[in-house]
Amino acid sequence: MKMPQPLSPSTLSLNGAELLADLSGALVWPAQRTLVVADLHLEKGSALARSGSLLPPYDTRATLATLTDLLARHCPERVICLGDSFHDPQAADRLAPRDRATLRRLTGSRDWVWICGNHDPAPPAELGGRFAEEEKIGPLLFRHQAAPDSVTGEVSGHFHPKISLSVRGKRVGGRCFVGNARRLILPAFGAYAGGLDVRDPAIACLFADGFSVHLLGRAKLHSFRVR
Amino acid sequence: MSVERSSPASLPPGFLDWFASRGWAPHAHQQEMLAADAAGQSSLLIAPTGGGKTLAGFLPTLVDLAENPRAGLHTLYISPLKALAVDIHRNLEQPIAEMGLAVTSETRTGDTPQAKRQRQRRRPPHILMTTPESLALLLSYPDAPELFRGLNRIVVDELHALAGTKRGDLLALGLARLQRLAPDCRRAGLSATVADEATLIAWLSPTGRAENAPVRLVRGRAGATAEVAILATAERLPWSGHMAIHAMAELYAAIRDAGTTLVFVNTRAQAELVFQALWRLNDDNLPIALHHGSLAAEQRRKVEAAMARGILRAVVATSSLDLGVDWAAVDLVAQVGAPKGASRLIQRIGRANHRLDEPSRALLVPANRFEVLECRAALEAIRDNALDGAPSRAGGLDVLAQHILGMACSAPFAAEDLFAEVRSAAPYADLARNDFDDTLAFVATGGYALRTYDRWRRLERDEAGCYRVAGPAFVRRYRMNVGTIVEAPMLRVRLRRGRTLGEIEEYFVQGLVPGDSFIFAGQLLRFEGVRETTVEVSRGTGTLPKVPAYAGGRLPLTTQLADRVRAMLADPDRWRDLPEAVREWLRLQRRRSVLPQRDGLLVESFPRGGKEYLVAYCFEGRNAHQTLGMLLTRRMERAGLGPLGFVASDYVLAVWSLRPARDIDALFDEDMLGDDLEAWMEESSMLKRTFRNVAVIAGLIERRHPGQEKTGRQVTFNSDLIYDVLRRHEPDHILLRATRAEAAGGLTDVARLGAMLARAKGRITHRRLPRVSPLALPVLLEIGKESVYGAALDDLLDEAAEALIEEAMRDESAPQLPRRRSFNCDAASE
Repeated sequence: MKMPQPLSPSTLSLNGAELLADLSGALVWPAQRTLVVADLHLEKGSALARSGSLLPPYDTRATLATLTDLLARHCPERVICLGDSFHDPQAADRLAPRDRATLRRLTGSRDWVWICGNHDPAPPAELGGRFAEEEKIGPLLFRHQAAPDSVTGEVSGHFHPKISLSVRGKRVGGRCFVGNARRLILPAFGAYAGGLDVRDPAIACLFADGFSVHLLGRAKLHSFRVR
Repeated sequence: MSVERSSPASLPPGFLDWFASRGWAPHAHQQEMLAADAAGQSSLLIAPTGGGKTLAGFLPTLVDLAENPRAGLHTLYISPLKALAVDIHRNLEQPIAEMGLAVTSETRTGDTPQAKRQRQRRRPPHILMTTPESLALLLSYPDAPELFRGLNRIVVDELHALAGTKRGDLLALGLARLQRLAPDCRRAGLSATVADEATLIAWLSPTGRAENAPVRLVRGRAGATAEVAILATAERLPWSGHMAIHAMAELYAAIRDAGTTLVFVNTRAQAELVFQALWRLNDDNLPIALHHGSLAAEQRRKVEAAMARGILRAVVATSSLDLGVDWAAVDLVAQVGAPKGASRLIQRIGRANHRLDEPSRALLVPANRFEVLECRAALEAIRDNALDGAPSRAGGLDVLAQHILGMACSAPFAAEDLFAEVRSAAPYADLARNDFDDTLAFVATGGYALRTYDRWRRLERDEAGCYRVAGPAFVRRYRMNVGTIVEAPMLRVRLRRGRTLGEIEEYFVQGLVPGDSFIFAGQLLRFEGVRETTVEVSRGTGTLPKVPAYAGGRLPLTTQLADRVRAMLADPDRWRDLPEAVREWLRLQRRRSVLPQRDGLLVESFPRGGKEYLVAYCFEGRNAHQTLGMLLTRRMERAGLGPLGFVASDYVLAVWSLRPARDIDALFDEDMLGDDLEAWMEESSMLKRTFRNVAVIAGLIERRHPGQEKTGRQVTFNSDLIYDVLRRHEPDHILLRATRAEAAGGLTDVARLGAMLARAKGRITHRRLPRVSPLALPVLLEIGKESVYGAALDDLLDEAAEALIEEAMRDESAPQLPRRRSFNCDAASE
């Protein structure tokens, strides 16, 4: 029955780097003035429209609006998109002019890194930013998909983690960060990205000794361990 | 509409002989149905169960075909249940064979083999028995005009159960199309007794309206008045709870004394528990079976067949047996728990004893003290023959969207023509042109203000400006998704290395940890894990299960019964027939506080355990009380009272807070239905749930089909994501309008709440008490058992986190959540 508190990101630590988990699903690294988002899946709506699902064509707009707010709040000097930023190789061609302009404006005013994903192995060049298979900054390695034998300090996306819990007979849950001392996986940021339960073997098998879940609540992050 | 007593139409000699050979004479209502049909009129037959209702529906067809034999589809029979269509088919074959008629009849449902379905379209039987969904599919084929051109009659069975629902909407639209294909076609509706006959007349009329409808109202002979008793228990009458476990020995004795008993309960969880309890007492080894909607279809059919053969002594059932197949030999109907509504109770009682001259026998088994009052109220309602009126609702725009696509699959149409046709269906008689146009635009392109999807349109326009479907993929998609029943995601329940027991809602399973036990399909099961779409279980041991918390069948108390309960409480002269325990309870209430009056609203407040309680005696049903609870706690939050939670029953609402509320009048002011309601609706999961249904029916998102789940990760879409995006970027989109209309109209509780607040204005009696009152006790006992937190995600999670932390501290190990077993690690995601 509490009124929403002002948004207060929670602190996470990975391989010595102090990170903030934002309730939007973004990760902020204040020491490096860096902001990280995963799986934007821009133009997923129009991709589905091609196959007959005429979903509201506002997903790109919604995702970019959240991202714009986030950048205004944190003023990062560098943004890293952890891959699958575009839902498919033709997605950039389908961007509405207005969304394309928004995206150019965002990428033009800071260092912008497009990590390649499985949906967008080669992101479009005309939208600004630079491409990388991986990006290593200090103690952290940014890539699209977690590698089973990864180095410590890996930050990735790809799996769209979410969790649902049964609390007093009610099902609650949502998108979440999932990680251990070695790696951190970000929730999907895109408006239509959807999710995969963290207990699915695809995710769980990356964390043999259990993991921490940081669930995005409405006003705060809820953290607990799953083994 | 008119009730005519015209001279009975004469039956051909063969028919009279057949009646005579069975020792029968044609009923008056059967002859009236014949006369109406001969006069080219449609007819509405209102009759209790039994009494040759079905035969009355088919007689005009059989007579016509006997006198004018011809090929082609003559009559379409539509039933809400597949099983009923199959059963009626079997029952009709008998008179056809015995009279030697050259009449063919067949069923067509989702179970009909593909080859047979194709043959049926080429060479249809005289009589085709089907469901609303199968009819919609038939109408979507290009050959529908040939198939239905010669159609003479349509018989709609259990019309009372279809009208006013989305399935009814779909069927009404289908009938409007049939009317156009076969303008001389007559309709016959078969219905149980209803409060509002005019609605059904309008529904049957090809004009869509009751005024001057070419529909003859025919009444079947009323049966003998039912003998209904309330179980006078010798046990202590419970204060709360809904399971009536205290009365099981007495119920068992009643079953033993009767031939065959139907035991109706309100929820599936209740069915499981009552079934278990009866078997614990079953020293005589009576064949007692269980029937509810989650059980495997095969299991249910077995029970139904055993019942038809008369080898069962009792069946414990939910609404899964409210409709359907007639069993001649049910002697007793028991209703365990509150009846909730008079109409429903009358129908349930009607399942007993179909020999019209003998009264049906029924036994009501109240589970707590308030339910005693409710049972008594239901008894009075039956005596007064007063039925519950259902509020009329306009047809759903989501169903309309589905229908429009189906019509486009059949043939190109002009918007004006289809609009006129749709308006001839009663649920859409008042459809506004702009709503139709927006729905059509949705079907064509999604109907979004941002017109980016024009190149992927589902409907395109030809040279004449007519709409037609843009490709065969859309036709396939339509056929895969037809229908208006949107199930919650279900998982199969299977014994390890054993058989499938039935289906269970996914959400229930998500709360289970391997090792948890629950009762399902009449047995105690141990949860082992989830393998793809199957819940694996083994037989459990012990006696303390975690009972399935199914929502199925949780109907709110009807307005009529609520009024009667209120009147009874207010008038001590009418307590005479109540059990002593209940009378004592009410007398105590009068001494310690005051009795709720017939009008106005009683509110009590008292401190307890460091908290402040507020109990409002609204009697508007659980759903309305839940909404009120949400709204009140919001308002108390703003007033700084620190509300902590609330619990709603069918009769009262209890709210607890840190500080006491002083200005009760202001707290209950009607204006809470304005902004507070809007704000709450926007946040609540109810709108999201409604949106999901609307989106599936309208064809925005696809249904989940069994076996599709593996690839479904890309296809099955979390409709909440769509809802959030659409609400933010196009709040007036047709599907959001449809969602809001359904949420407001379907959930009548908001209207009931409004009426209650208006009635109570200036007439609120507030009693400040030193402690809990007798009447408030039952609802307080529900706290913890059925507590409903108004809280959002964070509050619930805070609580969970605390519990988890507590657990962690105690065990010195991290809390555990179940991890899904099985399959290998490369089953990667998208």
